[in-house]
Amino acid sequence: MSIQNRDSFLQNVANHLGRPRKTEQVERSSFTVAPQWEVFKDHTQDELADELEAHCKVIHTTCKRTTVSELPHVLWETVKGYDGKSVIASDDKRNDAFGVTSFYKELEEQGVEFQLWNPSDGHYNMEFAERADVGITFSDITLAESGTVTLFNNSGNGRAISLLPRTYIAIIPKSTLVPRMTQAAKHIHDANQDGHPVSSCVSFITGPSNSADIEMNLIVGVHGPVEVTYIIVE
Amino acid sequence: MPIKLGEASYKERIQSGIENDFMRGAVSSAQGRFRSGRLKAAEELGNWEDWRTRGEEIRTHTLENIDFYLQQLSDEVSKRGGKVFFAETAEEANEYINNVVKEKEAKKVVKSKSMVTEEIGLNEALEEAGSEVIETDLGEWILQMDEDPPSHIVTPALHKNKEQIRETFASKKGYKNSDMPEELATFAREQLRKEFLSADVGITGCNFAVTESGAITFVTNEGNARLVTSLPDTQISVMGMERLAPTWEDMEVLVSLLTRAAVGQKLTSYVTAITGTRLEDEVDGPEEYHLVIVDNGRSKILGTEFQSALHCIRCAACINVCPVYRHVGGHSYNSVYPGPIGAVLTPLLDGYDDHKELPYASTLCAACTDACPVKIPLHEQLIRHREIIVEREKKSPKSEQMMMEGFAQWASHPAAYKLSARMARTSLKPWTKDEIIKNGPGPLKGWTDVRDFPAPSKQSFRSWFKSRQKKERGQ
Repeated sequence: MSIQNRDSFLQNVANHLGRPRKTEQVERSSFTVAPQWEVFKDHTQDELADELEAHCKVIHTTCKRTTVSELPHVLWETVKGYDGKSVIASDDKRNDAFGVTSFYKELEEQGVEFQLWNPSDGHYNMEFAERADVGITFSDITLAESGTVTLFNNSGNGRAISLLPRTYIAIIPKSTLVPRMTQAAKHIHDANQDGHPVSSCVSFITGPSNSADIEMNLIVGVHGPVEVTYIIVE
Repeated sequence: MPIKLGEASYKERIQSGIENDFMRGAVSSAQGRFRSGRLKAAEELGNWEDWRTRGEEIRTHTLENIDFYLQQLSDEVSKRGGKVFFAETAEEANEYINNVVKEKEAKKVVKSKSMVTEEIGLNEALEEAGSEVIETDLGEWILQMDEDPPSHIVTPALHKNKEQIRETFASKKGYKNSDMPEELATFAREQLRKEFLSADVGITGCNFAVTESGAITFVTNEGNARLVTSLPDTQISVMGMERLAPTWEDMEVLVSLLTRAAVGQKLTSYVTAITGTRLEDEVDGPEEYHLVIVDNGRSKILGTEFQSALHCIRCAACINVCPVYRHVGGHSYNSVYPGPIGAVLTPLLDGYDDHKELPYASTLCAACTDACPVKIPLHEQLIRHREIIVEREKKSPKSEQMMMEGFAQWASHPAAYKLSARMARTSLKPWTKDEIIKNGPGPLKGWTDVRDFPAPSKQSFRSWFKSRQKKERGQ
């Protein structure tokens, strides 16, 4: 029994609403306003990249801009800057096209301990991530307004990569930039309607973890990564 | 603890709130920061009223069709390998969760912040059954060690200062460093990592459940909810039945309203949407997933004039502008839901008997209504509560009833009225100095304890008016 007590529960709800229980898809009247579509409405990709870069200051995130050919160099500088002795990264189909696969090989040659997320390694992936200095993933959709990278976690991109290591690097192809969460939500909604089930975990990540629970002081770096760098790639 | 925090009377709670100088300072500075953050975020958008309208429209539609959307949600979660349990009462919810924990032979349960689990008293129920429960939100972890209830729904440990927190860490966990917030947080990170890695079950609340696809969404900053949903093999999400967004696009608008109204952020560090169990070739995320949907008195609110109270998205904007909360603090409300929304919701969920004072914990200034991102008419609902308490429930205080009857008698007999108006000044003379009463007798005491009361004038308004009329007629 995967659903329990539903009928009596929902019948009680309908009784209180004073009408028969609704079991068919309900009609929606159209909304009177749609302010979410107004934000950065006519921005170009370059303007969106500028907005993202500006907002990174607010969310305590380092933002770098580069080209595909320079990306390995910028990644190396960033990993070194984070004193990265161990790195875990997602197994992403974009790794080859962006020259990241060869960069990871070079990391290992330089003596950095490296793990490419691999389902056949099972729980070892998480153990590695927990002690890793740096986690690296691509952004699937990037929200300019809030400075957010969206990850559709899957078998090659475990939830732990962007969560357990001390620091986190997101590679942001410029083409993934959209104005705000509205466009990402519509993408997921449309895909779901077209019969593509949503990923088991969608992570919207906006900079490093933080807390204001002690006397309202902002503390950057609590349970998730303490430092974050975004690299926007032309 | 259930929705009610304890047995101390409303008056006693307020007294200890008002006397707690640190808490009052902390609350007023927090209110200031929250409020300016919200206003700045609203101003940046430029069309905040349109956003509020959109939010209200989404919530109104959702609650009017809540039975369909709950059915859709449970179907979708079940399609993705999750189990769904509908709980009419707190006891049913706790029993189901306890059974899952027992079946898994779980010893350690990690939790992320959830108001509904506070409301149903889940931690106590789990502990009674022999499980170790660890709150992992920094504020909740501090409160758990001190066995102290939350005083704010966004920053639960608002009433504590860093010296107290350092002391708690030192006595309970052997902490040796300073009271710098960063050092305290680093210590919490190290301690709690161990707990996350060794926990058997993770329990979360839910900010919004996207019914079209069965995604349960968490809006957080610390990252603990991500750890709770990523590491343990068994996961349970508990949600109040109204916590729904029909589509991803609706969820997006509600999250945008929530983060702005709560803390003035465009988005929090993490918005995480999990759907059912992990897929076959995935290695993190739960292999067993349960969703517990809780009524616990909510359905009684449906179809009544208070239905819109269920539109609440738990942002605490109303709490952050409330002048009464500012002075008495969260614990005075004797409810896990403090502030204006707590004063509206608590009597609805838990009855008037224990909470009849709450609707009076308001100046009816309507700041709460103006701040609400989904336009709940909070102060109007507080007035309606008062009407019900007086007229239907007959629960106004005995002294007030007697006073009102006395007043009716007195005011309808002109001779009595005239006489006592003249006598007031004379009878209050022993307490009057320089036309001011500083330490008044009887019912005046509550007032004069905190501020002065002017002595009754030598001349009553009626006699002043009479003599003025005489003068005008030139007599």
